[in-house]
Amino acid sequence: MPDTHTAHALELEIPYTVGHRADTGLYNGKLGIWLFLASEVMLFGALFSSLILLRTSAPLWPRGWEELNVPLATVNTMVLIISSVTVVLAWANLRLGNFARGRLFIAATLVCGLAFMVIKGFEYAHKFELHHYPSTNNFFATYFLLTGLHGLHVVGGMVVFLYFLTFGSRMWHRDRDRFTNRIEIVGLYWHFVDLVWIFLFPTLYLL
Amino acid sequence: MAEQIAVQAHHSPEEIQKEIRVYIAVFCGLAVLTGATVGACYGLKLPVHYAVMVAVTIAIMKGFLVAGFFMHLLSEKKVIYGILALTVFFVAVLLWGPLEHFLNRMGGGIR
Repeated sequence: MPDTHTAHALELEIPYTVGHRADTGLYNGKLGIWLFLASEVMLFGALFSSLILLRTSAPLWPRGWEELNVPLATVNTMVLIISSVTVVLAWANLRLGNFARGRLFIAATLVCGLAFMVIKGFEYAHKFELHHYPSTNNFFATYFLLTGLHGLHVVGGMVVFLYFLTFGSRMWHRDRDRFTNRIEIVGLYWHFVDLVWIFLFPTLYLL
Repeated sequence: MAEQIAVQAHHSPEEIQKEIRVYIAVFCGLAVLTGATVGACYGLKLPVHYAVMVAVTIAIMKGFLVAGFFMHLLSEKKVIYGILALTVFFVAVLLWGPLEHFLNRMGGGIR
């Protein structure tokens, strides 16, 4: 029979952090991240909708490649695709029980995120040198808004990866399954960020 | 019990190694499709209506690869499909007006 202290701790424990709920067949975190991603789809959907309306209503709208740096954005696309692979490889290796390799892939994902932001920084700096600001015209307003919001999402993901690479990694030694689930959750978020870029890249740079 | 065995089989090292090979194959597919989009829209400098068709088609294919394999939507629980179906419906409502405007302009000869 558990003592009072243990019984109290059990009462406070959050259920379904690892085990699946009977009603959804999912653990809480996974259901939570999908609901969050649904709200994110609506956010970016509204912005894409605005972009289509602005573009089709404008008497003049430049082709993306006339104003923006396509080779640099292509490199950034590849960087994000690589980071999507590294994060699933991190999750797969954690499921295999290989913590060292899992951490290595988390670090690789973080480096990819950093590389994406550095390249984006160069791109922004060049635009500012040419005196292209969000206030210049609707093209640059939508460009800076969409890429800026996407960049904030990349930074958000990087913060979470940094946490799991440092302080958060202690959880692996206490509860492996829970740590692995957390990497799956941040991975789903990261793939969504990649997915948004997959549609942003042609919309802004190539059309 | 059968479900428990199925879960264990899903997590077997062999199955995970197989998944890793699929991830690598998907990465190669995404890289090729990225090259194809850039080549068609930037390299060939297609007129805007052709560029839209090519870019959107390839983006949907890339999105399918990421969502289907990296986010495992091809083998997800029903509740997630339900959440996404509701989301797709509301996004379609959001996009309907602007897309109708776009299609009308395409019919009238968009630049």
